[in-house]
Amino acid sequence: MGAESTVGIGLLLPDLLGTYGDAGNATVLHQRLHRRGIPAQILPITLQDAVPASCELYVIGGGEDGAQRLAIRHLRKHEGLQRAVAAGSVVLAVCAGLQILGWRLTGSDRVEHRGLDLLDVTTSPRIKRAVGEVIAKPQPDLLNATLTGFENHQGATGVGPAARPLARVIRGVGNGAGDHSEGVVQGRIIGTYLHGPVLARNPDLADLLLGWALGGPLAPLDMPSVTRLRANRLGGGALGGAGGRGERAKRPS
Amino acid sequence: VRSADLGGAGQTARVLDHDLTGCLPGRVHPADMTAVGLNLVNEGPKRIRARLPLRTWLAVRVGRLAARLSRAARLGQGRIIGGRVTLLLDGRALHRLTRGRTVILVTGTNGKTTTTLMLSQALGGRGAVATNSGGANMPDGLVAALAADLHAPYAVLETDEAYLPVAARAVRPAAIVLLNLSRDQLDRVSEPSQLERSIRSTIADQPQATVIANADDVLVTSAALAAARPTWVAAGGSWHVDSASCPRCGAEITRRKDGWSCICGLRRPSPSWTLDGDAVLSPSGGRVTLALQLPGRANQANAVLALAALSSVGVSPPEALQQIRALEHVDGRYRILTRGDHAVRLLLAKNPAGWAETLTLLNSSAGTVVLAINGHVADGQDLSWLWDVCLDPLAGHAIIACGGRAADLAVRLDYADLPHTLTQDPIHAIDVAPAGPVDVIANYTAFRRLQNRLGHGR
Repeated sequence: MGAESTVGIGLLLPDLLGTYGDAGNATVLHQRLHRRGIPAQILPITLQDAVPASCELYVIGGGEDGAQRLAIRHLRKHEGLQRAVAAGSVVLAVCAGLQILGWRLTGSDRVEHRGLDLLDVTTSPRIKRAVGEVIAKPQPDLLNATLTGFENHQGATGVGPAARPLARVIRGVGNGAGDHSEGVVQGRIIGTYLHGPVLARNPDLADLLLGWALGGPLAPLDMPSVTRLRANRLGGGALGGAGGRGERAKRPS
Repeated sequence: VRSADLGGAGQTARVLDHDLTGCLPGRVHPADMTAVGLNLVNEGPKRIRARLPLRTWLAVRVGRLAARLSRAARLGQGRIIGGRVTLLLDGRALHRLTRGRTVILVTGTNGKTTTTLMLSQALGGRGAVATNSGGANMPDGLVAALAADLHAPYAVLETDEAYLPVAARAVRPAAIVLLNLSRDQLDRVSEPSQLERSIRSTIADQPQATVIANADDVLVTSAALAAARPTWVAAGGSWHVDSASCPRCGAEITRRKDGWSCICGLRRPSPSWTLDGDAVLSPSGGRVTLALQLPGRANQANAVLALAALSSVGVSPPEALQQIRALEHVDGRYRILTRGDHAVRLLLAKNPAGWAETLTLLNSSAGTVVLAINGHVADGQDLSWLWDVCLDPLAGHAIIACGGRAADLAVRLDYADLPHTLTQDPIHAIDVAPAGPVDVIANYTAFRRLQNRLGHGR
């Protein structure tokens, strides 16, 4: 796409999946383009709307079981997201959003539901809810900066061979399937259990997604407020040393 | 006063004779309780011992002693520790301390403290009221409030929505007021639809209770439909984000000007009380103007729900409004203090729906807004909800971000293109603000701390 055209950011079903401030991810993507002089537009796609396939990026957030099932129905009825992914669009899926992009999920109702088959993951319920701050080391070929976020979910998500984990958990639960993995990457889709929202706390992850969407790396964008928040969350006394080490060392895991 | 006046036959079993004989003295101030320390006021130790099992009576006395020690050690007001000790010694204290009293439980995400105060003030004309006006709304706080006023025939108890099942089982309330349900402290409390299900099954087990419910709130309605005797109140509300899908069947909720509905048949019940601007339409067809001193639409909603609840225990709207109109602030909220050359107004907002309501109270054009955000357990340690708040009403104000989680707030403001300054301490923020009005919006522990430091009531 040309530099002059507006980058479309599809905010998928904020009326259903956005329990944990995840709409903020769309705001962050938009602002990080806008501040670099790249025109962008957020397109909220609600239950009232057909899902367009025309956006360069899509974000989808977390929500409760009932909302999750309604979201699957809507996204399967209008196949815009599936078409967009096939054409190379970038997707960030958080929490319940991650789960529904998988091919199978079982919620608290113990009933197995089919997902959208865009990620090779399956989710089953955990016994104990995973709630709290997470620190994770991302795959070194994707990102250097340690991931920080807050998780609140009851899913155990297994990552299949067609996908790979996004990161390895240093603190917290993450995917919760026993392998210390957090999140998933498959093609240009990134899934994660981190909210916060995740892109507000992890600008490098936001820029990774934007780079994929625009076809090349972006100019640096320094936001002191974000640097301060990261220092606060990763190096702060309340979180102990693990996060601090992770951030400073920038070692690949 | 006979039991029939207190809301019909269903209440009869709730009311013991001695509570209604009129022999009890008027309201006793908590200050008097403190002054007499361990002595049980007015009713006399023998009398109360006859009503309460010995174990409960002793548990109350030891709890009070613990509270007094805690106060003496300057650890706080000691109410919660006192209630906790009492509960430890008598696990059934909540049940035993409410036996024979007319109890109203107030629950919901926002407005609990305000509505509880409205109810207790308006009921005060009828007799003494035990109430947890300080906002300690878990079982220990409820026990402490009841223990502080052993003889009061009425109790109005603000109840944490997650603890409603425990409280209702123990208390068997005459009325339950259900204000609203939306996302709040999701790291501690269940997601709203889970909460709705637990409240629904609680209400189904309380056939004696009149349930006063906001019919404009989908989750509240779904829960209150389980009531044997619901009273529907059109109290309004603008936060629909947590009820896009039906709590009963998962399908989409359709909203129109005159209500909401789902294809499964769940729909807004026809209300018997309606908030219409600043007026309230009552079931009798009467129309009264609220004319509250407390600001904002949310307080009008609290007031109409309070009026409906009061009516169910025999207090008429005009009588109730006399007391409710007199309220200027609620446990420090909405209070205007002078500090230096600043008139400082304190506002409490703890979650997205509460923020949406609170931001409508700001002066439309100018003035400083100090935002103080903490992330302690009582606030919720997950601050992601800041991104669910539309901050547009802050535009044009001088904004100062403070509190333990000021850094999270600053990033939110930054991405919203709202210029701000950052300082850890909200009092410092007030002092450095440009001359003129200052609105402080703080979440729970930030508000409490600020209020303590600025001095109660001054």
